[in-house]
Amino acid sequence: MIRIGAGQGVYGESIDLFRAAFDAGVDYVVCDSLAETTCGMLVLDQRGDETAGWAPDLLARLDVALPAAVAAGTRWVTNAGGVNPVAAHQRAVARAREQGFRGVKIAAVVHDPPPDPFADDAPVLATLAYAGAAGIVEALDRDADVVIAGRVADAALFLAPLVHEYRWAWDDWGRLAAGSTVGHLLECSGQCTGGTYSGDWWNTVDFRRPGPPIAEVEPNGDAVITKPEGTSGRVSFDTVREQLLYEVHDPTTYLTPDVVVDLASAELVDQSNDRVLVTGVRGAPRTDTLKGLRYSVGGYTAEVTLTFAWPDAEAKCRHVLRSLRATALDAGVGVAEWCEEYFGVSGFGGPTVPSDGRTVDPPEVTGRLAWRTDTMADAVAVQRLVGRIGLFSPPGLQGIGRRVRERGGPVPMLRLEPFLVDREIVESTRRVIVEEV
Amino acid sequence: MADVMLRDVCGVRSGDKGDVSDLTLFADDRETYDLLVEQVTPGRVAAHFGALVVGPVERYLVPNVLAIKFVMHGALGGGSMSLRSDTQGKTHGLSLLRLRVDLPHDVIARSTRRARPDSPPEAG
Repeated sequence: MIRIGAGQGVYGESIDLFRAAFDAGVDYVVCDSLAETTCGMLVLDQRGDETAGWAPDLLARLDVALPAAVAAGTRWVTNAGGVNPVAAHQRAVARAREQGFRGVKIAAVVHDPPPDPFADDAPVLATLAYAGAAGIVEALDRDADVVIAGRVADAALFLAPLVHEYRWAWDDWGRLAAGSTVGHLLECSGQCTGGTYSGDWWNTVDFRRPGPPIAEVEPNGDAVITKPEGTSGRVSFDTVREQLLYEVHDPTTYLTPDVVVDLASAELVDQSNDRVLVTGVRGAPRTDTLKGLRYSVGGYTAEVTLTFAWPDAEAKCRHVLRSLRATALDAGVGVAEWCEEYFGVSGFGGPTVPSDGRTVDPPEVTGRLAWRTDTMADAVAVQRLVGRIGLFSPPGLQGIGRRVRERGGPVPMLRLEPFLVDREIVESTRRVIVEEV
Repeated sequence: MADVMLRDVCGVRSGDKGDVSDLTLFADDRETYDLLVEQVTPGRVAAHFGALVVGPVERYLVPNVLAIKFVMHGALGGGSMSLRSDTQGKTHGLSLLRLRVDLPHDVIARSTRRARPDSPPEAG
């Protein structure tokens, strides 16, 4: 049986949770550091510095992982290499040497960016493809203690150690589907152990001792999802099934680079004591294409939020934000899109919040106005108008001056366009670099 | 029969891919599940979200875990270019829990989903 712990589910997550996964005494700690927008941030980082483009907390995590590799043989797999795994690998190797480690192997898994599929559109900043598990498997086969990959798909990060350990064939669709399901369940870390849970969250959330998910996987692909003893959270039929179907669209056809997974075939058996058996998952042959993403410049954005006190807080917010928009229009500022939201009355829910029969005038309402422009100059021009609000507004305004100062100026927006790319085009560029320090 | 919000009888989780919002409802027993399948149709969900969702709404039934999934296209104000606060549909699932359904009294009475944080159930 192989034990895999989730060490990270999102860019910038607390390193304490990473440590907790190692402390649980697992065979592998696996980190998913990337998301569509996270990669966009890394793309922008790399534009300013060609040695950047990888998750900067990689080095602090390495300081935790290397001692565990030496002391307990725990291996670490991460996609924190982002859009520049070669540079990430070089820094990691240098860091390991600086710290005096000897005899540990650090690997990089690299794929070239796929060709730009829409060459006539807005100038491309970057393209990337979601690769499968094969590169990480090769690195582990070559005895890497630490594997730093680029954009390897979330579930594939967790599948790789299982293929390495159990020598599952690349056309053993049932087992590949079972391993990918384990990856899908663990890749969002705490969301599988009671985080985001829509039931009695007041009994599951306790940040003093959060429990990262652990999978105990058998050679046939059956897996028990659990968490370290003495930690908060909950692993139950209900918490696990919420994550099983998270963001997968058609559950019978969950597309991963390595296999098409039928999540609707999974059987979840609650064994109590924070243990859920996942079994019966079926798979179908992988597709000939991989998911690609194209990043291009999408203009600029900025926003202002302001809070008005009772009475008539919503009406005051609406009046001020509409007046700001009219002022920008009169001044001829080019705004491609506006977005108004009113927190306290309908900010998130919009039309799903019943507006009839409201009997309470809310004690306060926060209005938010965001704008998107084609040029930085226009984005700044709108922001300057915010300075008119302060002492010329309706009564009861709070907080606006400080917020404007703290938020700084407008920021660039990235346009993301998904596409499909022939898997051979991506996989033929795969390189696995293993360096012993 | 009684008219209740979905929040009283099921769980939910939601997320995104690009401009697509992906929500799943979870029932606690087969009888409730079948009633929800009957009443929570793609058309009702689309009407509930109104202008927040501009594309079609698809529904997938996942009976192995008593789940009903909705995939809502054009639901996030443009995906990566969205100006909304919730660009990833994380709150859409909870917004769906406002939808009202007609259920037998005993189905409502046995639901544990009516517990509230100010009066949590006793441990054990």
